Amino acid sequence: MKLKFGIKEVVALGIGTALFVVLTTVQIPLVIVPNTALQPRMAILAFFAAVFGPLVGAGIGLIGHILGDAIFYGSVWWSWVFPELIVGAGIGALAKKFAVKEGKFNNVKNIIVFNITQIVANAIAWILVAPVLDILIYSEPANKVFAQGMFAFLGNFIIIGILGTLLILVYSKVVGGSNNLEAEE
Amino acid sequence: MSNMISYEQKNTPIHKLSGLTKLVFFILWCLTSALTFDTRILILMIIIGVVIYWIADVKWKQVSGVFWAIMFFMVINLVCIFFFSPYEGCKIYDSRTDILHLFGNYTLTKQQLFYEFNVFIKYFTVIPSVFIFLVTTDPSELASSLNGIGVPYSISYALEITLRYIPDIQDEYHKIKNAQEARGIEMSSKGRLFDRIKNTAAIIFPLLFSTMERIDVVSNAMELRGFGKKKKRTWYSQRPLVAADKAVIVFSVAFFAITMIITYMDGNRFYNPFL
Amino acid sequence: MVTDTPIIEFSDVSFKYHAQKEPTLKNINLKIYPGEKILIAGQSGSGKSTLAHCLNALIPCSFTGDMSGTLRVCGKEPAKLGVFGMSQKVGTVLQDTDGQFIALTVAEDLAFALENDEVPRDEMIAKVAEVSDKLELTNFLGSAPGALSGGQKQRVSLGGVMACDVKILLFDEPLANLDPATGKRTISLIDDIMHDEDMTVVIIEHRLEDVLYKDVDRVVLMDGGRIVADMHPDELLCSDLLVDNGIREPLYISALKAAGVKISPDTHPQHIETMDISPYKDAVHSWYHEAKFEHVGRETENLLEVKNLKYRYDESRQVIDDVSFEIKKGELVSLVGKNGAGKSTLASLICGFNKQDEGTILFAGEDIADLSIAQRGEKIGYVMQSPNQMISKPMIFDEVSLGLVTRGVPEAEIKERVNEILKICGLYPFRNWPVSALSFGQKKRVSIASILVMKPELLILDEPTAGQDYKHYTEIMEFIRDIRRQMPITIVMITHDMHLMLEYTDRTLVLTDGKLIMNATPAEVLTDNKVCDKAYLKRTSLYDLAMKCGIEDASEFAARFIEDERRRK
Repeated sequence: MKLKFGIKEVVALGIGTALFVVLTTVQIPLVIVPNTALQPRMAILAFFAAVFGPLVGAGIGLIGHILGDAIFYGSVWWSWVFPELIVGAGIGALAKKFAVKEGKFNNVKNIIVFNITQIVANAIAWILVAPVLDILIYSEPANKVFAQGMFAFLGNFIIIGILGTLLILVYSKVVGGSNNLEAEE
Repeated sequence: MSNMISYEQKNTPIHKLSGLTKLVFFILWCLTSALTFDTRILILMIIIGVVIYWIADVKWKQVSGVFWAIMFFMVINLVCIFFFSPYEGCKIYDSRTDILHLFGNYTLTKQQLFYEFNVFIKYFTVIPSVFIFLVTTDPSELASSLNGIGVPYSISYALEITLRYIPDIQDEYHKIKNAQEARGIEMSSKGRLFDRIKNTAAIIFPLLFSTMERIDVVSNAMELRGFGKKKKRTWYSQRPLVAADKAVIVFSVAFFAITMIITYMDGNRFYNPFL
Repeated sequence: MVTDTPIIEFSDVSFKYHAQKEPTLKNINLKIYPGEKILIAGQSGSGKSTLAHCLNALIPCSFTGDMSGTLRVCGKEPAKLGVFGMSQKVGTVLQDTDGQFIALTVAEDLAFALENDEVPRDEMIAKVAEVSDKLELTNFLGSAPGALSGGQKQRVSLGGVMACDVKILLFDEPLANLDPATGKRTISLIDDIMHDEDMTVVIIEHRLEDVLYKDVDRVVLMDGGRIVADMHPDELLCSDLLVDNGIREPLYISALKAAGVKISPDTHPQHIETMDISPYKDAVHSWYHEAKFEHVGRETENLLEVKNLKYRYDESRQVIDDVSFEIKKGELVSLVGKNGAGKSTLASLICGFNKQDEGTILFAGEDIADLSIAQRGEKIGYVMQSPNQMISKPMIFDEVSLGLVTRGVPEAEIKERVNEILKICGLYPFRNWPVSALSFGQKKRVSIASILVMKPELLILDEPTAGQDYKHYTEIMEFIRDIRRQMPITIVMITHDMHLMLEYTDRTLVLTDGKLIMNATPAEVLTDNKVCDKAYLKRTSLYDLAMKCGIEDASEFAARFIEDERRRK
């Protein structure tokens, strides 16, 4: 598969990352588990990955996470930066299949494929890579980081599953145009 | 978003360094901090960090909000570590010296305290470097610096676009949020989870779609002005490296190399005072 | 300077976008000579932007389609040189100056094209200094786009293409996002630059009167993909071609025609300042005295009272400085002033997006200080500039009902109220359509309908017609007029459009640097030199016409003309 990285992709990476960073502080608190929140920016990451492919997805995950951490939290949690990259790249890998820009992301099959992809990508990222990096870099206790990873996985899988799917679905409808419309009296 | 850390123009020696120098330093610094767990090196890094912070004349007010937020997070994290694994330190340092029995299976040990202290200062080594990097580096120099260390220019330029559009998108986000709130759609913590996601969507949808339009306009404008046709590009805001830059780069590389040697000399990255 | 070899030559050029059935350009033949200034006018869909895209090679390189005929620019074929090659010959200044401002600072943006061309850094610095000097941008070299006004951003766009030493400047609707006075200055600047730098200029614009502020060699009028006129503005203004093709005539021309005058080219109607008005004086006079005019006073109660309002974002600047005014029930009031004068801030204080530091806002006699944004939203509806910033549901019915759904209104009532509003807004036949299938004007209606459905008593519209051509402008404004006939609503409009305030609004509030400097009828405001200067408004050409005809009460003249035009519509 040839990876396209033209001007559109450069701009999508740049502006997509800006949007991702702006939404860093927008969180939907999960009341059930204190101090955890759904991150709508993950849905944005999934959207850009699905529309523009793996490079844009990986780039937004990587740069967006570093910038968001640095600007708003004054530090960079490297062990959580790379998983974000994996989610972006993973969802983006199947961008061609989703054919969002061609308006073909409109059937149950596509929605299921998208969600399987995002679950797999999120699982690898948060249940595997993030805890392993936490152990390698910070030598944190394994049971703690796997529990954390589990929560991150759940939260991201929920927000991408609901909000991410919705965003892509609606956008695909918008760009795909609509035929057979008739005015009703 | 008053808590955002941003660049402030000043004339300190740190500000005068090229963005490329600071980027190299920052990356090697973070790498050192990630790889070592040697208490002596970590403490040395914090001392150097504070000194640079002081030279760079960073105003406490600029970073205090963010600083206390990190402290809060760290305390929670340290408590979590203790509850999940109260004897992690004993495993790492291969010994156990009890201080105080708390309850059930939880006993406070010297090793655990020392381990958690290390985790704490390890996080702390990164904080001043992030503050300094953000506050002293002109964002205009970032893209050229990335390109300077070998990142393709198209990806480097994407970062410039990101920094360029963060304020615009933030502004648009607030406008849309206000207008939707006037229609009764609030992003509060009330209501069912699904409703909260739906309300957030009501703000994100228009924001995302206008962002997609923006991408089209900006790509056209860039194409019309010849972006991406040549293999390389030059940078208006790139600062040539002077002696001080070269000195800092040499120091960063040397510091990285030496700390790695010290850390891994004994085949274990922990400094163990208990043996 | 005009030589015999054209610098731009279209020979029988046609173009069809792949996605469309009909060609957008049909057999275009056009020659433009070096040193000429050409205005290409036409309503949206006339093909004028497509024509412009042929010049910078975006067509056929970026927007694909079938092209036939030959086009030569500077003796070369754009399709062969590509977008990058053409960028060295034709400098394009886009309508969206925010979109064209790509870099973080003015200096970097001026250098952007040079950077892409691998020009060494010291050469770039010299070139940027030279260009910024010409455009008076030297003091802003380190500024971010957010710190610049619309006019300054446009000068940066212009400088960015001038840095490449182009031969042709192409302006795509340069006036769309500017306040009238800044627009006027832009036209002067274009004029100066083309003379100093020996350039050919092509301007795409539908705001004809504003472009004609400085001499134009020819106006190319387009409609339905063809060139319908290619003539000197003096000749064009004497014909009815403009009106027939959906372009607004300069107001003084319309007024002369209303007075029954047959204008002839030898009186040089291109500029009112230099036009020879003597043959038409008598006709204008007698029309003025005969024109029927009734002053309709509205003596209703106050809906909104703003008293001594003060607001500042930070310590540096008083954004709203002791503003007081009243708005009566049923009025349509325009709120004008240059960018940054505080118009939007005033609106956000009224809507509760920001809280005032001092002063009170009374709504129907009650202080609304303690009401939340959502509570105020039930009384005061706010419609943003672009409908795309408001619409969050894919289907029209869902979008319009959103405000009621979140307020927990019973389903049956929602259906009834939404259908009623959809009927008023002319959207009922499309109720089950997706929003994406609508035109911009229809989307605007959806965004207004979704606010009206909550039955607000006051509606605040932020630049409802920004960036729209005459046809769409009329469509939107007639729609608003129609709503006023069908339901009792009071409207405040933030606008840059002098025509809009003159033609449609009852009263005008003029803001400058956070202060309310005038509160009067639009005709009075637009014939007041001092206020126009201070607030960056453009005095209406009706004033000049009245003066030249020796009619002393220019505001009365303007008011009678507008009244007359309204009746004839």
